[in-house]
Amino acid sequence: MPEPLLEVRGLCRTFGDVRAVDDVTFTLPDGGSLGIVGESGSGKTTTARIVVGLDRADAGHVRVRGQDRTTQPRGRAERLARARQIQMVFQDPYLSLDPRTSVEAVLRETLELHRPGTDPAPRIRELLDQVGLGTRAADALPRELSGGQRQRVAIARALAVEPAVLVLDEAVAALDVSVQAQILNLLADIRDATGVGYLFITHDLGVVRCVTDDVIVMRRGRIVESGRTADVLALPNHAYTRLLMDSVPRPGWDPHAIGAARRALRNDDTPA
Amino acid sequence: MTMTLVRRPGLARLRATDRGPLYLASAGFVGLVVAVALLAPWIAPHDPNTVELGNALAAPSGDHLLGVDAAGRDTLSRLVVGARTSLLGPLGVVVFSTLAGGAVGVVAGWRGGWLDSLLSRTTELTLAFPGLLLAILFTSVYGEGLLAPVVALSIAYLPYVARLARSLVLAERERPYVAAYRVQGHSGTDVCLRHVVPNIAPVVLAQCTVNFGYALIDLAGLSFLGLGVPALTPDWGRMVFDGKSAIQSGYPLSAIVPCLVIILTVVAFNVVGEHWADKVAGRNR
Repeated sequence: MPEPLLEVRGLCRTFGDVRAVDDVTFTLPDGGSLGIVGESGSGKTTTARIVVGLDRADAGHVRVRGQDRTTQPRGRAERLARARQIQMVFQDPYLSLDPRTSVEAVLRETLELHRPGTDPAPRIRELLDQVGLGTRAADALPRELSGGQRQRVAIARALAVEPAVLVLDEAVAALDVSVQAQILNLLADIRDATGVGYLFITHDLGVVRCVTDDVIVMRRGRIVESGRTADVLALPNHAYTRLLMDSVPRPGWDPHAIGAARRALRNDDTPA
Repeated sequence: MTMTLVRRPGLARLRATDRGPLYLASAGFVGLVVAVALLAPWIAPHDPNTVELGNALAAPSGDHLLGVDAAGRDTLSRLVVGARTSLLGPLGVVVFSTLAGGAVGVVAGWRGGWLDSLLSRTTELTLAFPGLLLAILFTSVYGEGLLAPVVALSIAYLPYVARLARSLVLAERERPYVAAYRVQGHSGTDVCLRHVVPNIAPVVLAQCTVNFGYALIDLAGLSFLGLGVPALTPDWGRMVFDGKSAIQSGYPLSAIVPCLVIILTVVAFNVVGEHWADKVAGRNR
């Protein structure tokens, strides 16, 4: 059996008394797209940060094509190799770009770090084209761009090193709905074109339905449900998944019933 | 292209006076003082050290626009030439304290942990020691001259700059763009030097302008006490000291003029510095 693209086994992380991530296990196949859903505080962002290496796990491991990346990287070569394994697009495009650095400079920095000695200009044009930004945007500073444009820059930056896995941490949450749709389409196109695997961290079930093949539902650091996205959303097994789905505002939506369901769920957890 | 405008409503009133008359006047005065200091040898009407005893304590006249001091030296010329030492000293203090304090603060804030504790506590030790006292100690050990008080004041100002730089770095390092660069594979040192330092620099530099005013007044105070600048060197603080006996004999001009210039310069530097600090703090990010 071939190695899965991304394999996460038994990941644990505690902050003080809080078990932010508790025995999380999942795999992402080549070119796959996996959604991690959950409300704020469910541990999905901590999971993402451990996967990309911004945080460390107390236990468990993260492997990309069988190579472990749980320990601290030793030396520059290993650091760069890891950066080429997994890249990340952050939630807030207003904060994830250095306000002083132009679009072109952001991409050039990364390309010069990973491909020293080659002229970055053609690749920069290619990347801007790939994310639907004209070369005119190249000289712009982040503050001169809209949220959607900034997120395109962030995606271009992440794609610059041709990563195997792209982690998208609430990557469309800060954008308004029409721009969300554009970015989601763009991400789908990029996956078709490059075969990159997506790990999609989101609280938005609509987003999950659009762009993921599989989904895991996290609650209080644990995975409560997992499976094909279509199956989970059509027939949720766990009460929490149903609650998340019911929480999406729509006609006939009853916030009081959701509050009651949430309390009932909380009471169920209280150890006897 | 869509522009995003982020305004902080709390600063609206300050923003209305963005280019207010006070700032323009202060900036103009700072420019004037700097220009005078640079061009001093060419624009001073008399040799600042020429003594005309017969003319001592003369009132302003066509030949001596601001009068003559008790030793018969032209006040305007001493003022103009004195601008050099009076500005050079604070400049040295600001440059040294900013470079050293900034480096300490950035390293402490960026690395954190035991290094932060070590550096922060060590620099704070000097806070327990008043800057002027330190300067007096240095001059009494190393003798007259501008260098000893400048070094002493630099050390005294260093912790303030270090604290500011440290707190700015602590805020900056939590910004997602720093995490983004780490994920890209950039080393910590790279991210710090190429992105964090340039981003905090405007705030630190604006604070430096304010520090310049304080350093100027500290050094003038030292000169007034007769420490630091050698006796014959024209210097504003020294001029106040030299003129204080003339005040007692009813001729206050040679002491009051340098006093005024010191105060105006300090206020001007503070206004300009505060203005820049406000501006970079309210900058659109």
